[in-house]
Parts: sequence; structure tokens; C-alpha cells
Amino acid sequence: MDRREILEELKKVLAPYTEDKEMLAGVNEQTDLIKDLKINSANLVDIIIDAEAKYNIEIDMDSSEKMVDVKSCIDVIAEKMNVQK
Amino acid sequence: MSRRVVITGLGVVAPNGVGVPDFLQSIRSGVSGIRFIPEYQQLNFNCQVTGLPEFEWNHIKNYIPEVALNGLKAISIGYGIKAALDAWADAGNKTDSDQPRWETGCIFGSSVGDTTVVKNVITRVDARESKKLGSRVVEQIMNSGVTAYISGRLGLANRVTTNSAACATGTQAILMGYEQIKHGLAKRMLVGSTEHVDSYIFGTFDSMRVLARKFNHLPEEASRPMSASAGGFVPGSGAGALILEDLEFALQRNATIYAEVLGGSSNSGGQRSGGTMTAPGPGGIVRCIAEAMEKSAISGRSIDLICGHLTATVADILEIQNWGLALDRKGDDFPLINSLKSMIGHCLTAAGSIEAVAVVLQIMHQFVHPNLNLQDPHPEILKMISTDKMPTTMIKKEINTIAKANFGFGDINTCLIFSKYNN
Repeated sequence: MDRREILEELKKVLAPYTEDKEMLAGVNEQTDLIKDLKINSANLVDIIIDAEAKYNIEIDMDSSEKMVDVKSCIDVIAEKMNVQK
Repeated sequence: MSRRVVITGLGVVAPNGVGVPDFLQSIRSGVSGIRFIPEYQQLNFNCQVTGLPEFEWNHIKNYIPEVALNGLKAISIGYGIKAALDAWADAGNKTDSDQPRWETGCIFGSSVGDTTVVKNVITRVDARESKKLGSRVVEQIMNSGVTAYISGRLGLANRVTTNSAACATGTQAILMGYEQIKHGLAKRMLVGSTEHVDSYIFGTFDSMRVLARKFNHLPEEASRPMSASAGGFVPGSGAGALILEDLEFALQRNATIYAEVLGGSSNSGGQRSGGTMTAPGPGGIVRCIAEAMEKSAISGRSIDLICGHLTATVADILEIQNWGLALDRKGDDFPLINSLKSMIGHCLTAAGSIEAVAVVLQIMHQFVHPNLNLQDPHPEILKMISTDKMPTTMIKKEINTIAKANFGFGDINTCLIFSKYNN
């Protein structure tokens, strides 16, 4: 799975947590989860839990703290997927 | 303290009607909401019937943001949101507000966080998977979850809390909201309570052998308050909500006034002199009713109708005896009396608020709803009051004042006096 494919899947993970469907459709690596997608910060843990299931990976606490925008999410997911292989 | 407190909005999720129009029609014509539950038979429960509202999650699809609705599993919170937001809209209020509504608070009763959600927590934690629980669990197992959802959606910013007093919770929430306005601390209060009796809660009552077990094949006949054949109560689920308002505040915004809360009282028998964990003591009940009338500046003579607690156990006899003592009325002189539980069962924490919605509807539409399953009034009750005081068909009648009481585990009593609004 390359970064573009991860991003497409990530949109589906983020969908239940944002009201702003237009912003979600136009998501790019610079999109901030809280500022741009208006996601409640408490829900970031739910996104991590859903991402673990989606990509069949485990995201440790230290890595999860880095996941604040789309770019950092993809970085962590890509790294964990490589570890899996 | 000349402030008057009036009711300007109603919402209800009841076993015999979701929403006020359906509920009104059901209580007028005596429609039962009690059903047989095949799962309860498989679970070896003695009682296999319950009052279950026909609630679906899509009923609140447009009530809270989609993001909040995703992941909401606690049914009692769903009931509460539906009843509360319906009451708010019924009072003619807008849902959205950018600013906190400092003048409006919320007291919404609940007995227990959602046990099905708790079950998931226990399973996950025991499997060492607590980190998979996520952020949405605490708000659904905390007892105040329902109040937090409601007040958050509406921006309610006066006193916001959840009360819990077993089966007296609903009436007590109304009394607490009333006092908040009466004391000048709030202009408006959203009050009510919610209960979802899932199989785990049901099982705990079933084990106490206090539930009706002889009518599993005739569910609509299972709840029989005041009858000789009453053999225990039928648990029910749902939520009721009322908007209480300072009269001046309501008049200023040209609100429609449904009825007035004249006053009330909440006490405990102290689990002494006949009162125990599970049985209300007569001293506390009589005192509670007397104090409610005193605070409302009325005598027992003014009461047209008693909407009792009357669960369909032997305690019904004692309850009527206590009403007689407190009101100093008996026989032909006794007021009319009815029990909504004959239609919907005992909705526990939600009983008081759903029954209070029925009280207000009987005042608004000037009728007395029937008692179902009362072909055989208990002989001990007939020694105290005449048969025609317990109507079995709907009565159209001038109703000015209604006394409503509920009694809960812990020997807790609450009595409220409602009246027609007269300016």
C-alpha cells in the first residue's frame, strides 16, 4: 500500500468523526485533524483504534501521540505496515 | 417567594407511545404497551413480559450531530435525548444556540449507566484489551451521561445534574427543578428521567421475586395495580421530560402554558417504623404528601385525582391507606385514583417523569385515564374507598388539581401537586 492508497483508506477511517464532509473529500497530507476537520480531540484515540483494525497494525502510545495531521498519520501507518511485513 | 412555576413543554418515550400525540391517544383509550419477550423465556426469567418503547435510533438521527450519534450505544441515553429535545421543541424553543443558556438548567434522573456498555468494558478489560475501548465509553456508563448529552446539545448552562433516588427519581427531578426556579436561581429547567431495563437489570428484579409471573401468555393483562389478582410489577422502560418555567419568563416569551406545579415534597421514612430498604414506611409517606399539600397551600379536599405509585404489589393497599390518612378522605369522599403502570408497567427511574407527563396531559385535556386490568379490585382496598373511585374507562371531567407521588427503594418518597393554570 503506497501513501496515496493509505490516504484513501484513511478518509474512510476519519469519516465518522467529522461533520465537514466537504473538507474530508478534499483531504491532503497538510490537513490538520483538529483545526481543519474539526475533530474532537478526545476522538483521536478512536481514530487510532479504528486505524489499527483497518490496516491490521498496532500503534504504540508514543507513535499515536504524533498523529495530529494527515501526513503524520500516514507516516506512522506506513511505518507500522512495514514493520508488519 | 411569589414566583410561580409552570409547565410549557412535554416529551415522552413510553412503552405505549413514542412522542406525546401517540402517548396521549394511548392513555385516553387504555392501550397497553406490555409485550412478551421470547428472550426472557430463554433466560429462564419468572416474568417474561415488559413495557418496551418502540424506539429506534433513527428517531434521534437529526437530534444530535452524526458524529455524536455514531458510537452511541446506551439506549437509556437515546430515550432521554428524544424525550428532552421533544419537550424543548414543544415549548417553542430553538434547538441551536451559539451561547450558553445561563438561565436554563437540566436535572435528568438516571439509576444506572448502560449495563450493556458496561458488559463490553468488562469483556475487553478481562481480555487485556482496555486500550481498544476508546473515548466514547465513559460518557455512556457515567450516570450523568444522559444529562450531559442533553445539556450539551441545547447549551443549558444553569445547574446541570443527574439525580438518583430509585423509583422516586423522576418526581424528585421535577421537584428539584421546580425549587431551582422557585428560589430564583434559574428561569427555566429541563427536567425528567430515563430508564432502560435490559436483561441484566431485569434479571436482578426477577430474582427478588417481586415481578408478575402468571401472565406471560397474556402480556397486556400482566400489570394489575389495585386488583386482588395483582401478583407483582412488570418492569418498563422509557423516558419523560418536562420544561418548567418561571411564569413571568414564560409570559414574556408568549409561551403556551400547560399546567402549574403548585409545590411538592421529597423525604425519606429513614428506614424506620416499617420503612426498609425495599418497603416505604407509612410515616414518611403521609408526612411527604401532607407537606406537599402544605407547600402548595391546598388541603386534601382540593385534590380531584391521585396519580399513584401503585405498582401492583401488596404495597398498593398500604399506599391507598396512606393517601386516605394524608388527605383525610375515604369511601365515597375519596378522590379518583389511577395508575399508569396498568398500561406501561413500572418504568422505575423513568416512572415519575413519564407519569408526570400523563398528569399534565390529563389536566390539559380534562380527562382521567382508565385503570386497566381492574375487574377485581382488592377487597382490602374496597374497605377504604368505593369502587367508582378507580375508573376502568376514560372519564371526561373537570380536573383542577392532581396529586402525584412515587416511592423508591431506600424508603424515599416524593409527592408533587399539579394544577390547571389559572391567571
